Amino acid sequence: MIQTFGDFIEPTPSQEYLIIGFSPSSIPLKQRWRNNGLSADFLADYLTSFFPGNEDDPSTIDRQAEIKSAVSYIANELLENAMKFNDETSDYPIDIKLQLKSDGLIFSVANSISPQAVDQFQGYIRQLLASDPSELYIEQLEKNAADESSTGSGLGLLTMLSDYTAKMGWKFQTVQQDPEVITVTTMVQLRV
Amino acid sequence: MEIKTKDYGICYDPSTATVSFVGSLRLSGAEDYAPIVQLLGEVADVEPAKITLNVQQLEFLNSSGINMLSKFIIEVRKKARVQMVVQGSQRIAWQGKSLKNLQRLMPGLQLELL
Repeated sequence: MIQTFGDFIEPTPSQEYLIIGFSPSSIPLKQRWRNNGLSADFLADYLTSFFPGNEDDPSTIDRQAEIKSAVSYIANELLENAMKFNDETSDYPIDIKLQLKSDGLIFSVANSISPQAVDQFQGYIRQLLASDPSELYIEQLEKNAADESSTGSGLGLLTMLSDYTAKMGWKFQTVQQDPEVITVTTMVQLRV
Repeated sequence: MEIKTKDYGICYDPSTATVSFVGSLRLSGAEDYAPIVQLLGEVADVEPAKITLNVQQLEFLNSSGINMLSKFIIEVRKKARVQMVVQGSQRIAWQGKSLKNLQRLMPGLQLELL
């Protein structure tokens, strides 16, 4: 099975990219939560060398800070989601790739997902793609506030679409049969 | 009231009813944010005339943290007499993008990006 949703483009050869990989079984998820932020900040820091700031031109300094902050936020949210929804019964690794293009950045994060969780996630993706993200975002905040028992906020993807006007796409793929292993690759395209 | 770890700090000054956040807040979900929710809840329960959230030194906040702040704003919104002020920084890019949503939840909220 291969299914794609939204703005998913097959990776093209790129001159500049960085990949960080995690093997889910080596250290429990909870103990490496802080790694999400560290990895995201590293990706953001690394990238700033491609958007040099010029002390004499404040607009370049602002632009650099804005790109750094956006990369840090988006990479962290994608990693948090991958760690949360990763299929713990599979030892399939999680990886995050950041690609530099002439007109923007492409993040792609791949993780395994429990076959039982696929339908629900795809339903949520269809809802995201069919709605105005900014409206859905406020609705979600009101819903979370009204529901004391809500555990996940359901805001990560919505903030990327609404606050960062990112383009998003997903690819689901069966990579192994018996036992079945399904991976999902989440792609975020950001114009810079 | 104060919460302090090596990644972030939150401190409440009762004389000005100001809650200040510093550092990087990226906890893993509702359960981990509970102590902060409790601190904010205690501030709201006092019903001061004005509550100020100062996030000018909050470099990072993840979506679970945005959820926590939004829930607090919705709670304050129910208390008609409480005026809400959020002070952010233009220097920190996420604040320019995401703090305006708090105003959409509570149109009377005063947002100051300094």
